[in-house]
Amino acid sequence: MAVSNANIELLRKLLVGFVRDEVRKVGINKVVLGLSGGIDSALVAFIAAEALGPENVHAICMPYKSSNPESETHARLVATACGVNFSVVPITAMVDAYFDMFPDADNMRRGNKMARERMTILFDHSALLRALVLGTSNKTELLLGYGTLYGDMASALNPIGDIYKTQVWQLSAVMGIPVEVIEKQPSADLWAGQTDEEELGFSYRQVDELLYRMVDQRVTKPELVANGFDREFIDSIYTKIQNSHFKRRLPVIAKVSNRTIDRDFRYARDWGK
Amino acid sequence: MDFTAVLAQIKPKLGCIADNLVLIENQIIKAREAGADLIVFPELALSGYFLKDLVPEVALRIDSPEIQKLIEFSRDISIAIGFVEETDDFHFFNSALYLEDGEIRHLHRKVYLPTYGLFDEQRYLAHGTSFRAFDTKFGRFGMLICEDMWHLSASYILAMDGATTLLCLSSSPSRGIEGDSPGSASSWQKLTSTTALFLNSRVLYCNRVGFEDGVNFWGGSEYIAPSGESIVRGTLFEEDFITAWVDEGSLRRERIFSPMMRDENLFVTMQELGRIAGERGR
Repeated sequence: MAVSNANIELLRKLLVGFVRDEVRKVGINKVVLGLSGGIDSALVAFIAAEALGPENVHAICMPYKSSNPESETHARLVATACGVNFSVVPITAMVDAYFDMFPDADNMRRGNKMARERMTILFDHSALLRALVLGTSNKTELLLGYGTLYGDMASALNPIGDIYKTQVWQLSAVMGIPVEVIEKQPSADLWAGQTDEEELGFSYRQVDELLYRMVDQRVTKPELVANGFDREFIDSIYTKIQNSHFKRRLPVIAKVSNRTIDRDFRYARDWGK
Repeated sequence: MDFTAVLAQIKPKLGCIADNLVLIENQIIKAREAGADLIVFPELALSGYFLKDLVPEVALRIDSPEIQKLIEFSRDISIAIGFVEETDDFHFFNSALYLEDGEIRHLHRKVYLPTYGLFDEQRYLAHGTSFRAFDTKFGRFGMLICEDMWHLSASYILAMDGATTLLCLSSSPSRGIEGDSPGSASSWQKLTSTTALFLNSRVLYCNRVGFEDGVNFWGGSEYIAPSGESIVRGTLFEEDFITAWVDEGSLRRERIFSPMMRDENLFVTMQELGRIAGERGR
């Protein structure tokens, strides 16, 4: 029982098939995504290129002035490697114009604003290009709530939301993502030198082993402790999942009628497709 | 008698009866032109699977024009097909029809409605209350709808009722990525093969493909001989049109080699199940 036991070719087939089928069934053949220079969005770009043909994939790099210049270099490298359309839309002017009004804003507010600025650009390009926005959040960060609600968590379709970071690395290696992108430290790139693992306080591989057992296998806490997981680590991850659950749900609606959206008005999104 | 069966591994559109009916008719015509005697469709082929509140909107009465049209088609080729059935008392069933010679030979209403994990059928559907074998031009058949087959008693009852061919209409989602194929696909292969082997019966398994809200259906429709051997299997994940030549000889031989069903002691089974039911009632 380990998160790394997946059949990667089978996974690839399912995710490529997902993008092809779910995009085309709504009468669209294009997608747009943000390319950060990191591994998650690189993997989604490769999956989309394989599913729809690279000419139907539009990747947008949206740097802020404090972004590491290496990020844009890597984004460009990824776009070239998989042959997708590539453009750069800097967000510095918009973000700075806003924070000129709130100069005391902390890093969290600034980071969230940047993520949401990027979201508006992607959805604007969705209308411009008649393309669906692909999400690039993996299961690890979705479960931990390590993302911005209505920012990087917003999308029409997310091919990698049910695979852990460990599996993102495995699939990326098979799909031919440039090695410098696979091997670099994961980072939200909100300020210089930031790394995910330092900010989170644990490694992705470490937390993936726990999440896989806790979430996918429903292993109980006493069993996890008996299997060598630290009790405090288990508790802190459980709390993170619980406290970030609101990010994984639609806004809560006050029920007054007999049929309330998503409670007793229930339809698949692929209704009629 | 020998016969040729087609397993129509299709990709229905969710909630679109008219579109799906066209798709189904085209498959029937293709099978008829290929000289097939029987065509089997997946569970809920007319409507798609994750219907939720669409159930009353896509439900069809037996006397609906859509079902009547399929009954007409069955003058030339026998048809097994899944749909949402609406009854006179406005109950909705996950049902399968067996149509032959312009008549309904059998209607099976899914007994075991999965309501766990990603499934939610009992919320929207009423459950059937019987498993009955029925006679066809090709021998005595039994029909199961997907989850039904995971209950040993279902296949057992049909075999004890004389069925030598089990049709299973399925909409099985992919999940589990550790093996060569999805975990659910491997489990199903074990199940259909073992059921055939235990009951000295053929299994014709038809599963759909496509995605609904990110859930994949894996296909892999299959004809399993009474020995448990897979004779022909459809591709995984893709639409397919699987032709199976089903011969009587192999069924007869298997029943001579392994006469477990002949020796099956219904009275011991009844006696013990009766005792268990009595003890539970206390």
